Amino acid sequence: MHMPTDKIVPQSDLYSRESTTARTPDENPLPVRVKARDVSVFYGQKQALFDVSIDVPEKSVTAFIGPSGCGKSTFLRCLNRMNDTIEGCRVSGLIALDGSDIYDPSLDPVELRARVGMVFQKPNPFPKSIYENVAYGPRIHGLARSRSDMDAIVESSLQKAGLWSEVKDRLHEAGTGLSGGQQQRLCIARAIAVSPEVILMDEPCSALDPIATARIEELIDELRQNYTIVIVTHSMQQAARVSQRTAFFHLGNLVEEGPTDLIFTSPVEKRTQDYITGRYG
Amino acid sequence: MAHSFTPPSEQALDGSAERLKRIRAGLGKRHARERRFRALGIAAIAAALGFVAILFSMILYQGLPAFTQANLEVDVHFDPAIVKVAARPVRDAQQSSAEYQRALLDWERKVTMVNWNRVLEQSIKAAAPDFEIDTKSALSIVETSERFRLRDMFVADPGLLGQTVKVKMLASANADNWLKGNIDRSLPDTQQQLSPSARMLSDRFMEDGQMRFAFAWHIFTNSDSRSAPASAGLAGAFIGSLYMMLVVIVLAVPIGVMSAVYLEEFAPKNKFTDFIEVNINNLAAVPSIVFGLLGAAVFINYFRLPLSAPLVGGLVLTLMTLPTIIIATRSALRAVPPSLRQAALGIGASKTQTVFHHVLPVTYPGILTATIIGVAQALGETAPLLLIGMNAFVAQIPGSPLEPSSALPVQIYLWQGNENRNFFEARTSAAIIVLLGLMLMLNAIAIFLRARLERRK
Repeated sequence: MHMPTDKIVPQSDLYSRESTTARTPDENPLPVRVKARDVSVFYGQKQALFDVSIDVPEKSVTAFIGPSGCGKSTFLRCLNRMNDTIEGCRVSGLIALDGSDIYDPSLDPVELRARVGMVFQKPNPFPKSIYENVAYGPRIHGLARSRSDMDAIVESSLQKAGLWSEVKDRLHEAGTGLSGGQQQRLCIARAIAVSPEVILMDEPCSALDPIATARIEELIDELRQNYTIVIVTHSMQQAARVSQRTAFFHLGNLVEEGPTDLIFTSPVEKRTQDYITGRYG
Repeated sequence: MAHSFTPPSEQALDGSAERLKRIRAGLGKRHARERRFRALGIAAIAAALGFVAILFSMILYQGLPAFTQANLEVDVHFDPAIVKVAARPVRDAQQSSAEYQRALLDWERKVTMVNWNRVLEQSIKAAAPDFEIDTKSALSIVETSERFRLRDMFVADPGLLGQTVKVKMLASANADNWLKGNIDRSLPDTQQQLSPSARMLSDRFMEDGQMRFAFAWHIFTNSDSRSAPASAGLAGAFIGSLYMMLVVIVLAVPIGVMSAVYLEEFAPKNKFTDFIEVNINNLAAVPSIVFGLLGAAVFINYFRLPLSAPLVGGLVLTLMTLPTIIIATRSALRAVPPSLRQAALGIGASKTQTVFHHVLPVTYPGILTATIIGVAQALGETAPLLLIGMNAFVAQIPGSPLEPSSALPVQIYLWQGNENRNFFEARTSAAIIVLLGLMLMLNAIAIFLRARLERRK
């Protein structure tokens, strides 16, 4: 995995500040991969996210939960600057990946997205062949030196996404011809083909049936060995099953964040308690 | 209280029965409304189809007879008494190429001076030896262009001198009218186009079988002609239209698609781009004749491009087609689901890569349809071409887009106004059939290509 040698530590004093949100201490904390401090997001005049600060540890799954419209997806999209593509969207605060500010004007969002991959709510394979779907990322980033290099990348990506055995005989058929769950795994293969450090998943199972969902959850658990994963989910059971840390968002605020088992068993905040016991949401 | 009172339990029972009754009562009305609407729809479709059927059957009824024309097959004797020219020059050793060419040209000029009408007249008279007919009447049966054909035959093969060969000659427009019954046979001589003897001889040739109707291939191979209307064809106009279509496709498609892509995907959304958008939409509604004026003022008066040239016509039609292509491409781009853009951006494709690798290919069927509709519209456009001189009479097939030419719809317009009404009414319809056939072909290609592109998705 790519590790930056020259860590650019942002000048902002925000960076050195501890996250004030994490109220439950972690016994053996993992190194932090993504660090956010006082992140606010505005859509035009409307503020959608209020001063969110969080640390995302590496090689683990962090789940964002919360009721609809709570800002969890908005925050997720800040992490690879997908919000840049939305007209009138403004982000303030600090988000650092491996110690370097991702909103630094000198940083190319294209480069960032090669390091922070994304899987979307609805499976969205390109209307091209399965092979092309996976090969596209490595090709535009110039990661494969030869045809056989590319074949190897495609094969290993599909294998990591647990799709290889199902599609190896029809790599050149349309990716859109696969089932919903297969399409979503294809999208995961496509994301990991560029060897990102962080993978963002925006409700990756909301359009899938329970069996396909279980398959993806298993996959997420396997991917955790090599990747830092941030997942947004509507299902608290899913968050409990796949994540090591959980962050609860409500009305644009990050209410509480901590190890998943603690959040679900003994939350500090009453609002968290109410949400996980189903009182609202 | 005036209304009756019922106990609650009974009311509920009654209520459900009452409710059902009400729903049923309304149901009949609702179904009747649906039936009325359907009947109206069917009536509208029937009316539209009826009008189209009337139009097409009228055009076919009038135009189809024009595809066959009367031809007279006679023995032509290249009489040495009339064709009095020296032997065709032969190049000898001392002669330079230029000298030989000069001699050959001189010979050809002399061949042209031969009284070919006399050869024609003799051939016609020989075909009906017992029939008394004056020279003018005899010659009026065949088209005037035929004498040049005899000359060309002789130039190509001087060995014909003294020989007799069978030649199929095109009957004149007037003879064709007479034989087809396009002119009232009961009209007095003063109102007939042919003299009584010419009419009688035509009828006799028809009975003998020397005069026959045959498919008029020359409609597709000849250019327009005023001196020999029977030999007039669409080839010049067709090639002119073809050049214009090429100019339109080469210019309007890339410019239109690129403008649409820029406006839709890259341009900042502000007052200025709004202003551009409004103006593009307005341009689509500008009457085409205005584009003709613009073409005359800008391309001809300012840039000094030649009059009547398909290049200028193509440029004017490009201006006309651009808004259609831009608007259609933009709406096709807008219809691409955002998930596709996100997918590409999400793995680090740049904006340009996202658009050109993923978004644009999805819109090809839409762009293609818009292009073909735009081109078909341009193909049928007449008004702007009139203003840049493409309604001039052009008797040759243009060799390049810079040579003067006509266009198919303009040719229809010109034939429609021809003085020889009897002959050109059918000819006009024939030209319309050719134009409509071309349009149908374009649309068929569009549907075929779109189906193929959509299957590939």
